[in-house]
Amino acid sequence: MRYAETGYNLEIDLSRGNIERVETDPRLTELHLGGQGTNAKILWDRVPPEVEPFSPDNLLIFSTGLLHGTPIVGANRTSVNSFSPQTNLFAHSLMGGYFGPELKHAGYDKIVIRGKAPDLVYLWIKNDKVEIRDATHLRGKGATETAVLIKEGLNEPKAQVAAIGLAGENRVYTASIEHGHSSAARGVGVIMGDKRLKAIAVRGTKDINIARPAELFETCLDLRKKIYKSPYVGDWMAVDEDDGFHHDNFAWGNARVRRRGYWSKELEDRWRNLKYDNMDRQIGCYNCPKKCINVISYSGRKRFGYKCYGKDTYHMAAFKELDFSYEILGVAQEYGLDSYSTPQIIAFAIELYEAGILTDKDLPGFPSDSGERSFYLLEKIVRREGIGDVLANGVYWAARQIGRGAEAYDHNTTKKFEQLPIKLGRLNPPYFLMIATGEKMAITQIEGSFPQDPLPTIEEREEFVRKWDAVPDEKFKKWFLEWEKREQISNEASCAITDWNEAMHYIDDSIGLCGFLSSFRGQFGGGAAYHINNIPHLISLATGMELDKDGLWEIFQRNRNLIRALNVRRGLRRKDEKPPEDHWAVRDHEFEQKLLDEYYKFKGWTNDGIPTQETLDKLGLDYVSEDFIKRGILTGSEGTSSQEQKDEELKSRGC
Amino acid sequence: MKGELKKNKVRRIIVNLDKCNGCRACELVCSAVHAKPKYSSINPARSRIQVVMDPLNDEYVPIRACDYSKAGCDGRRVYMINEKKYSECSFCGTVCPTRDLFKEPDSGLPLKCDMCEDEKEPLCVQACPDGVLTYEEEEEVEEEVKPGEMEIGLKSLVDKYGLQKVADTFARMSQKG
Ligand code: SF4
Ligand code: SF4
Ligand code: SF4
Repeated sequence: MRYAETGYNLEIDLSRGNIERVETDPRLTELHLGGQGTNAKILWDRVPPEVEPFSPDNLLIFSTGLLHGTPIVGANRTSVNSFSPQTNLFAHSLMGGYFGPELKHAGYDKIVIRGKAPDLVYLWIKNDKVEIRDATHLRGKGATETAVLIKEGLNEPKAQVAAIGLAGENRVYTASIEHGHSSAARGVGVIMGDKRLKAIAVRGTKDINIARPAELFETCLDLRKKIYKSPYVGDWMAVDEDDGFHHDNFAWGNARVRRRGYWSKELEDRWRNLKYDNMDRQIGCYNCPKKCINVISYSGRKRFGYKCYGKDTYHMAAFKELDFSYEILGVAQEYGLDSYSTPQIIAFAIELYEAGILTDKDLPGFPSDSGERSFYLLEKIVRREGIGDVLANGVYWAARQIGRGAEAYDHNTTKKFEQLPIKLGRLNPPYFLMIATGEKMAITQIEGSFPQDPLPTIEEREEFVRKWDAVPDEKFKKWFLEWEKREQISNEASCAITDWNEAMHYIDDSIGLCGFLSSFRGQFGGGAAYHINNIPHLISLATGMELDKDGLWEIFQRNRNLIRALNVRRGLRRKDEKPPEDHWAVRDHEFEQKLLDEYYKFKGWTNDGIPTQETLDKLGLDYVSEDFIKRGILTGSEGTSSQEQKDEELKSRGC
Repeated sequence: MKGELKKNKVRRIIVNLDKCNGCRACELVCSAVHAKPKYSSINPARSRIQVVMDPLNDEYVPIRACDYSKAGCDGRRVYMINEKKYSECSFCGTVCPTRDLFKEPDSGLPLKCDMCEDEKEPLCVQACPDGVLTYEEEEEVEEEVKPGEMEIGLKSLVDKYGLQKVADTFARMSQKG
């Protein structure tokens, strides 16, 4: 018997209308766990680099995490992966809610979708019954509206639906896949639309078996209570209305203006009232006691949900207040748009208009108010109408298609992807590495275990490390105790910190844990519920796999290098690994490049950012190194001297 | 005439609908604790508590399974909540033959909440955060009707209608359930 997983994937070919249930190799679970890890393996095997994102041969994979459907609290992140047309690289995307666990109860670990349907369809999965059904009646419908219509049509109120809105249908690059009040962004909604798949509805009523059930159950009952009570997990901003953190520190408009001192008590009170006057309730995700999602119904608009910084992006892009976000979020949710990159595209277009690069010819009847302008542009983008057709490709491509100097206004992308609008003074070395070398495109998907900034006094730092159970090694405590000024931290520490931060995301994304309980959250307070020291045991209880900390760390390295390899095979190199030029005001290129050299070495990568044959082979990725040599990406004679290699091995285990 | 006093233990789960976060942990744990062997599998579809949920309408209503009795339901009640119409059946906990709720997914056999008799506290309550589900035990003192009393009542009916008629009516009533 297979524990925690079902051992079956669903293979859907939309071109041929073919549906297959395929048994998976249990060995792959041992090597990659599941979720994004095993997705990467499928993408490596089946999508060669010649395949364009819009080719029918590109795959779109919805995957449960290995721990979905077990009692482990907060295991509900569904990973959705593909290759993105915006970056031409691996598209990393996650969504909360209920979809993954439901899919697992239907008897599948993944849905692997290839081909393109002749016209709009949706997929209906109820246990063994799987159907590709006509969705032409849903054309142009909002994402959540679609979910309601499908559930009503099927008379299946318990079905879970993931759907695209108009943005996805029209192949807008920043289209999201919406599921209740959760969504998957960063390059997958556009592929779903390209495949003419409007939605997936799933209902599952099968058992999931647990290897050591009683022990796991007791542990989780206890953990649930701790998580409920702990202020160190979940989104503290769901209850703390002081949002000076984002408003004073992040950049407004087209990632331009930092408005220090913007936040005030008066504003806080006003916004608190606005929120609580319009909030229906706060909800969580499957099997999690936290309440991170604020559900708002605002002035007759569709009810919407937001989390964390998601409430700020639209009004900060438009120099407006919270009520403006409330106006637009419901609309954007129905269109199915990523609320992180879309506002930046809008602000970019407004800037181009003010600079005279876009004119009234491009934007006929362009209003004068920035809020009305945002709505105007939103409508153009989701319909790909006029200038919207260009803007729908994201800031990087739009800048180049518009030309006339627009390229200079694309100042906040890395690897062609919109970064969070943060502009700071002095360099934070681990952040340089994370933004430069991250494969998950958004810093929130990379940072998270080691604090962003030092604490001011030694007493506070001592207090912080005292209860810091999450560290993979005592050296992190030492580095934190010694850390006084943001930019003053050793390269050795920067490399290891980046590695640890990444590790936790790679682990979460393969087992399906929420970052707010784990990878993203430890940086604020140090008290994440899940970490490298307790996850291995939980995996063992659920799956029966023997796993310890070193073993888990090795799986992280394997998944991390495999995803790196996917991108390297599609052309990613050192030249692409650049945080936005103005991310920090004070830059030292020589220092940064040296740091990057050291990090590549630390990771066992060549000076060009390519995993070496030794690194790959050691992780059992021989098939990757063979492919690299065949393609001339590696010559086979790279490598590190044996002493260096020994150091490397010690470091890469992270402990 | 006075009846005898009898003590009854009444066990209740109080549901605070406004606080439910839709996590469905109650479903998960209920299925686990009733799995055989205990905890060996997870399957919310087998749970004796189901969260009737429509997030887009802000609807979160955990309901527990109980016996079906035809007498209790005429299907004619309609509720309006937040401008959405709900039928009497929407939040009904019975194992009603007209729908799939509270039936074992494989066998179709009815599921019924047993208040987790063997546990110190119902599992759904233990798993539920924030006190949405709270458990209450109350000693209820009830006056029990003495058999003699009922006999007197029946005798007056027999006197009025004749024994046969009363017996027929009794038989008919017990068939209808
Ligand atoms: S911590 Fe918040 S976002 Fe994460 S699973 Fe729980 S409720 Fe959802
Ligand atoms: S466990 Fe409690 S909060 Fe969660 S769905 Fe059930 S009743 Fe609602
Ligand atoms: S009391 Fe026990 S049997 Fe009843 S719904 Fe709750 S967990 Fe299930």
